[in-house]
Amino acid sequence: MDKTLLVLGATSDIARAVAHRYAGDGWNIILSGRNSDVLKRDAADMRIRYGVKVDDVHFDALDFASHYKFWSQFSEKPEGVLYAIGYLGDQKKSESDWNESRIVIETNYSAAVSILNIVAADFEKRGSGFMIGIGSVAGDRGRMSNYIYGSAKAGFAVYLSGLRNRLYKSSVQVLTVKPGFVATRMTEGMKLPARLTATPEQVAADIFRAQQSGRQVLYTRWFWRLIMLAIIHLPGRLFVKLKL
Amino acid sequence: MPLICGWGRHPTVSAEQSTFDSDEALRSILTTPRLIAGLIPRGLGRSYGDSSLSERVISTKRMNRLISFDKTTGVLVCEGGVSIAEVLDIFVPRAWFVPVTPGTKYVTIGGAIASDVHGKNHHRSGSFSNHVLWVDVALSDGSIVRCSQSENRDLFLATCAGYGLTGVILRAAVRLVSVESAFIRQRTIRAHNLEEAMTIFEENSSWTYSVAWIDTLSSGREAGRSVIMLGEHAKAEEVTRVRGTRAGKSSAHEPLVPRKSRRLSVPFDLPSFVLNSLVVSTFNYFYYHKSPRLAGEKLVSYEPFFYPLDGILNWNRIYGRRGFTQYQLVLPKESSKEGLKEVLRLTSGHGNSSFLAVLKLFGKEDSPYLSFAREGYTLSLDFPITKDLFQQLDELDAVVLAYGGRLYATKDCRMSAGMFRSGYPEVDKFIEVRERVDPDRRFASLQSRRLGL
Repeated sequence: MDKTLLVLGATSDIARAVAHRYAGDGWNIILSGRNSDVLKRDAADMRIRYGVKVDDVHFDALDFASHYKFWSQFSEKPEGVLYAIGYLGDQKKSESDWNESRIVIETNYSAAVSILNIVAADFEKRGSGFMIGIGSVAGDRGRMSNYIYGSAKAGFAVYLSGLRNRLYKSSVQVLTVKPGFVATRMTEGMKLPARLTATPEQVAADIFRAQQSGRQVLYTRWFWRLIMLAIIHLPGRLFVKLKL
Repeated sequence: MPLICGWGRHPTVSAEQSTFDSDEALRSILTTPRLIAGLIPRGLGRSYGDSSLSERVISTKRMNRLISFDKTTGVLVCEGGVSIAEVLDIFVPRAWFVPVTPGTKYVTIGGAIASDVHGKNHHRSGSFSNHVLWVDVALSDGSIVRCSQSENRDLFLATCAGYGLTGVILRAAVRLVSVESAFIRQRTIRAHNLEEAMTIFEENSSWTYSVAWIDTLSSGREAGRSVIMLGEHAKAEEVTRVRGTRAGKSSAHEPLVPRKSRRLSVPFDLPSFVLNSLVVSTFNYFYYHKSPRLAGEKLVSYEPFFYPLDGILNWNRIYGRRGFTQYQLVLPKESSKEGLKEVLRLTSGHGNSSFLAVLKLFGKEDSPYLSFAREGYTLSLDFPITKDLFQQLDELDAVVLAYGGRLYATKDCRMSAGMFRSGYPEVDKFIEVRERVDPDRRFASLQSRRLGL
């Protein structure tokens, strides 16, 4: 097997779980992110566990100017790219502090557009491969508890939808992943209902299966599709009164 | 704050939990200006009582990376949060096994060192620490020290069987053992009573693995009737020979591929009346008689041999919400026959039936100051927590002491400081190291406070 998966945001719990899932299937992995120490240790661990080639490469999502150079360094482009960089931020802070809002928007949306535009151009020319973007159910409808994060994720989902449309004739798969509650560092400290909360490993298994079978949009876990269907269709006059 | 408990689900305590992913992150937790006292490292929480319970718990679950593996020496270097289960999943197919394993594979390497776990092969291989080349410990002041039998030896002997009280185990080097297959050649022998069981242990000490399940409810002439299980790692040709004859059952003659066991789960707490003496003695009767009357041998996958209970997730739920405690004692060889008879007499009498009772012959004592195993017989009894249980256990304590034995802290939730001190002559050496590396007792658990450590 000589396929490679590039993971952007490899230190996130979901990204790490996905990397493990693909490596377990014999894929070579490129782990990218800002924390070189953790990336190096993860790479060494995966090499021993799975016997695959694992590289660690620095990537700073918010340094837009570096994105082109980052992608150019790969003489052989990966088969697939996973964008798993996200930032929940503090909703209250974002409401009054533009800088916080800006980081939420750029991390979850702008940076993704920046790097994936670059990747898409090459994949389109090549005529194969896949791109996975981690969105969120929060992007399905803006709620008062996290709408700045949610709107950025919503933008990301629409971007991926358009990209999917454009790249269809080039046989490049674009998968939008919408996780609901997942037990990760991002949600540590939050009181999530246990029965609705997935582990990063469960999410990774769902993502792997969905990508391998050519899916377009994945809700993980599956029941979130139904939950969000209900939430989307709540009449506005009722929705505004809720404290979701 | 979330509630945590040990495997026995008693006691439970509300604890502030933090995790860390790097040495620096841990250092900053340990050196925050506000004095954090009562911090205990915690792996997978498989100790039965309160060894990893405190108001503040530092979870090692994120420190679960493999660092390096040397194919020629079998030395694995890994972070403290890696579990034995992971090591087996990764390395058994590569013909390596863990040198010592406790009755569950869901313990971390750090936890295995902190409890200095022993296995069915103690009489041949000693405890876990014998196979640990070095340990990196983060002390209470944030400094990180490497210790081993030759470097910072007293810290090593205090950290192994140190119950997390010297600091957080960050990394360790463990020597794995090479094997030819994922299977165990198992021999089962019935013993009509305790004396016969002990004889069988002694006659079969050349077997690598040996353990006995003992019927604690049998009495009189049959007191201590048991089923002894002996095991050896099966050679590759033993496996292919056997599997080859099972027509159609298994096409792959792969000795290193274990049979995947189905996972059952106890989905909810059983009500307390389910495990009463009638039920238990009936079970014991059938279990004893199911084993062959004459010694029999067969090939089993390593999982059911080493981890019969891991196959039932949440088996601790069978004891219901009240929880249970395990009482594991060891008596010197010379006094074992009389001592065990006395213990069995006391436990078969009461209504608190011990469901699972395990008997094993240990080898020589290990070097860590608070290591539990010593040459003699060890008996493990489970007791559901009931009102009069603790009084019964105090009576057992007196018996254990009278026969020169001691209890295993990893299973305990109620042993007194006096009982502990009497059983562990090197406790002062341990406390000396504690004084040096953690004078303010920043690392402490409910158990360490009770035991006066």
